[in-house]
Amino acid sequence: MSALLELEGVEARYGPVTALRGVDLRVDEGEVVAVLGANGAGKTTLLRAISSTVRRSGGIRFGGNEIRRRSPEAAARLGIAHVPEGRGTFVELTVAENLRLGAYTRRGPLKDDFARVHSYFPWLEDRARQQAGTLSGGEQQMLALARAVMQRPRLFLLDEPSLGLAPLLVAEIFRIVAELNEREGATVLVAEQNANAALQTAGRAYVLEVGRVVLSGGSDDLRADDSVRRTYLGY
Amino acid sequence: MASVESSPLNELRGRSGPLGAALDPVVLLLVAAAIALLVGCLRSAFFAQLTVEGLGLGAVYGGLALALVLVYRATHVINFAQGELAMATTYVAYQLMQWGFSYWEAFVATLAIAFVLGTVLQLAVIRPVQHRSVIAAVIVTVGLFILIDGVVNWIWGGNFKFMRSPFGTASFRVGGVTIQHLYVGMIGVVLACVVLVWALFRFTKLGLGMRAAALRPAAAAFVGVRVEWMLTLGWGLAAVLGAVAGLMAEPSQLFLTPTLMQQILVYAFAAAVLGGLESPAGAVVGGLAIGVFLTLVVGYVSAIGAELQLPVAFAVLLAILLVKPSGLFGKREVKRV
Repeated sequence: MSALLELEGVEARYGPVTALRGVDLRVDEGEVVAVLGANGAGKTTLLRAISSTVRRSGGIRFGGNEIRRRSPEAAARLGIAHVPEGRGTFVELTVAENLRLGAYTRRGPLKDDFARVHSYFPWLEDRARQQAGTLSGGEQQMLALARAVMQRPRLFLLDEPSLGLAPLLVAEIFRIVAELNEREGATVLVAEQNANAALQTAGRAYVLEVGRVVLSGGSDDLRADDSVRRTYLGY
Repeated sequence: MASVESSPLNELRGRSGPLGAALDPVVLLLVAAAIALLVGCLRSAFFAQLTVEGLGLGAVYGGLALALVLVYRATHVINFAQGELAMATTYVAYQLMQWGFSYWEAFVATLAIAFVLGTVLQLAVIRPVQHRSVIAAVIVTVGLFILIDGVVNWIWGGNFKFMRSPFGTASFRVGGVTIQHLYVGMIGVVLACVVLVWALFRFTKLGLGMRAAALRPAAAAFVGVRVEWMLTLGWGLAAVLGAVAGLMAEPSQLFLTPTLMQQILVYAFAAAVLGGLESPAGAVVGGLAIGVFLTLVVGYVSAIGAELQLPVAFAVLLAILLVKPSGLFGKREVKRV
């Protein structure tokens, strides 16, 4: 397996507050990797650093090349689909327009892309003309994921997809992530507080604490780890 | 699963989407106003004549208001120079006609020049300050107002210029009502441009990107929309709409002077606020409403001559801000989390 994403000594700060301290991380092609940690551990900042939404120092290699043009637009055009915390749904636009925006950087007809997205999210087809703001929270989260699928990205960055959702919906979202990974070999980096849900789908995980990677390894090993079990899994 | 998802309740939610819920009372009000105007027109030729004039002028106010709304919606910057920009491009058209171009050749060329002028101004003076604060950008537009005014006076001087009218001075009669070609032309040209802009936003990918950039810049960047460029394009588009408004306003003023758009800018502000400041459709409807209202007031209330038209517009502006600050089509949050 070749590395799709490699971080080396990545640091980021908001004014005087350091949010990331020397993070090393690697995601291989076709892998689902989780980033676990409490609120404020730096998960969101880590994803933002990868999509060039925050200033950072240190090296980030994507597909073998250092990311040079540092803007979220450029990252999207490189093939990074960042689904931000709180979904970033365009609530004023229709469901279909939200999906079309996913394919914004591509030319040509989108019929196949819509068919592909509807194979993962069949219910979206009936809602095409509905305003996205009228969807429920869980539906909006799925729409955000569907929009990312439209991007045909090389890497999905999912920030806390379970936030504020009922357990059944959380399971459904991770089921779709797993399906994307199995059917298309999608590469996913998912930041989660809900370690239980994330570790079931991810093959590997990193644990962040105050901006530092304190632990990393296979999901099964982490689940067996006493400190992870007590702090993040709660049993 | 699909059958559960499309319960009657959801159907209802889906239909009363972006417009339905917010529009109902407003639509009733507008329909009532339209019926009242129609009845008035049928009963009195004088009333009908004033209404047509008002719609013509109102189309111009609506065009300029739409330009203001396009810029405001994307960046929350009120462009005080929008009117002066429109005045300057009208002088450009005047110059082109002096050089021998026909009216409509000059018209098209002016729109192209306006687009370039709008984008260049945004790049040169707005983009550098926009990131600091909205208020800084607004103050820059006030500076632009004075700059453009000065430049036009310097190049063309402040005295009256005569421009050919695109529609002549002819008129036609419907029933007992004399209608000048001019007013029908104003309505037609401005509304055609408005429809083109609407189609651009509604049906093209570029338009979708512009809407996304205006609504949620951060999220738009995540799908690869070049947000900064969309804002620049927005300025260019606004300048084009302003140019159309300026060109259509000129024949109703008899002469071309550097103060061409100053009153009209106030009417356009009133129209934009009436429409809800963020609503393109609202700006156009607001413009037509203000145009008709002012023309009727000036025509029927002898105490209010043409000189008092501006204070009346100002009073309308103030009344809207006091009674219904969100305007007719003001944004209602439709967010469910």
